Amino acid sequence: MNAPSSSALLEVRGLRKTYGDRLVLDSVDLDVHPHDVVCLIGSSGSGKSTLLRCLDLLEDIDDGTIRLSGHEISDPTVDPREVRKRVGMVFQAYNLFPHLSVLDNCTLSPRRVHGLGKAEAEARALELLEQFGLAEHARKHPDRLSGGQQQRVALVRALCTRPELLLLDEITAALDPELVGEVLTIVRDLARAGTTMVLATHEMAFARDVATKVCFLHQGRILEQGPPDRLFTTPREERTRQFLARVLPA
Amino acid sequence: MTDTSPAAPWTPSLRELERRALRRRRRLFSQVIATGLVLLVLLVLVVAVRSSPGWPNVRELFFSWEHARDAFPEIASGFWLNVQLFVVCEVVILVLGLLVALARVARSPWLAPVRVLAVVYTDLLRGIPTLLLVLMLGFGMPALGLQGVPISGTFWAGVALVLSYSAYVAEVFRAGIDSVHPSQVASAQALGLSRPQALRHVVVPQAVRRVVPPLLNDFVSLQKDTALVSAVAVFDAVFAARDSAAYNFNYTPYVVVAAFFVVLTVPLARLTDWLQRRWLARERAGQL
Repeated sequence: MNAPSSSALLEVRGLRKTYGDRLVLDSVDLDVHPHDVVCLIGSSGSGKSTLLRCLDLLEDIDDGTIRLSGHEISDPTVDPREVRKRVGMVFQAYNLFPHLSVLDNCTLSPRRVHGLGKAEAEARALELLEQFGLAEHARKHPDRLSGGQQQRVALVRALCTRPELLLLDEITAALDPELVGEVLTIVRDLARAGTTMVLATHEMAFARDVATKVCFLHQGRILEQGPPDRLFTTPREERTRQFLARVLPA
Repeated sequence: MTDTSPAAPWTPSLRELERRALRRRRRLFSQVIATGLVLLVLLVLVVAVRSSPGWPNVRELFFSWEHARDAFPEIASGFWLNVQLFVVCEVVILVLGLLVALARVARSPWLAPVRVLAVVYTDLLRGIPTLLLVLMLGFGMPALGLQGVPISGTFWAGVALVLSYSAYVAEVFRAGIDSVHPSQVASAQALGLSRPQALRHVVVPQAVRRVVPPLLNDFVSLQKDTALVSAVAVFDAVFAARDSAAYNFNYTPYVVVAAFFVVLTVPLARLTDWLQRRWLARERAGQL
């Protein structure tokens, strides 16, 4: 499983990250192939979010390598903006820009970073908003929307740049249970359409449903990874079993 | 699968060492560029000034060592008055400014007159040039000859500064208070705090942190505007410099005063930067 493979879109080897003397990620190896949906599970503080932030180069790593399409992006000479043109990220707290309308939120990066014209960017954004049932909110400001709607907008905003890889950081953790569904439906649609994703999540049923690979993180290490059917039914590690016993309904 | 045995003490990989060396080189490179550019700009400025046709004259008029030395003691003792004025006024302004701001955000109907007064006060006092206020109070109040009212020009000039700056500072505070999200008030009230308590313990502390940079801006401005008291014959640093300049037909004392003011403001600016960074580091630790 850890054999280097040239077909991997994202290839992480020996990733280490510390905050001061706190070790947050320890020798993390991870392969993401095109059309993979990789779910990171584990208790809070196990390093899921930090891993995603490292993948988007939002954090400097302390050791190891990250490769995107075989090209090492953990090299300090790599311009993080070039990487982020190809990788989209959605945060737990939506992080929409409150001073811009939904549509402007969605067209900001396509217009300013990807060089699209206003008309083209808006057409693309409106099409996606329409697809996710948000067309009527395009002219509103984010604070007027519900949490679920805001998170769907955040997803659309990330999709508007047509990323090759989408990183989702516990995107339903801040939502009401009844709003979780509307966001997960979108992610499920994206997965079905072949979008490559790495997502940290607490929604085990969802992970089991959409993931092609599940990684269980414990104290900064990927303790166990494998296809959801295997990992959820016959986990090999005791820690994984304990964690699943806590979070899965009996 | 993954080896989960407790890892041997970690040693950085070759790749990481390479990366660190590269980061170090890039940091060094940035520092060299930064230092080099600063020096270059300074050099160009110095050369430009010194090669101008009037430079010998200007040097004699503005940068004469003897005149600087002669005027120094007078200016220094005058400047002590500026410092005292500044420190006293600053404290009073902070208190008065905050009170006016609080009056403006008060909701109670009983405080309506105070609110109106606060609005009129800020509108009026921000509209009057500070110099005029110093002149009017500094000459006018002592001239009234009222019993028990101080007749010192310094005192009234100080009052003029306080009145003028409190109006600005009040607006800065109010902007800060308005910028604290309503959810903060809601959660304070949910804990059973009254509105004044919520202001006192939740809103104002956050507001004050946010407005430190604009407040500092006003205080640097105040430090300089203590020079306005020289208009009502108070013997401060500027008055001393003007005295000396008029006597010797040489403007060097003005440059000396300017240097005094700069020396006073720079440490204050650095202190505020440092405070600001510390607050940010504490509140945003580990977050986005």
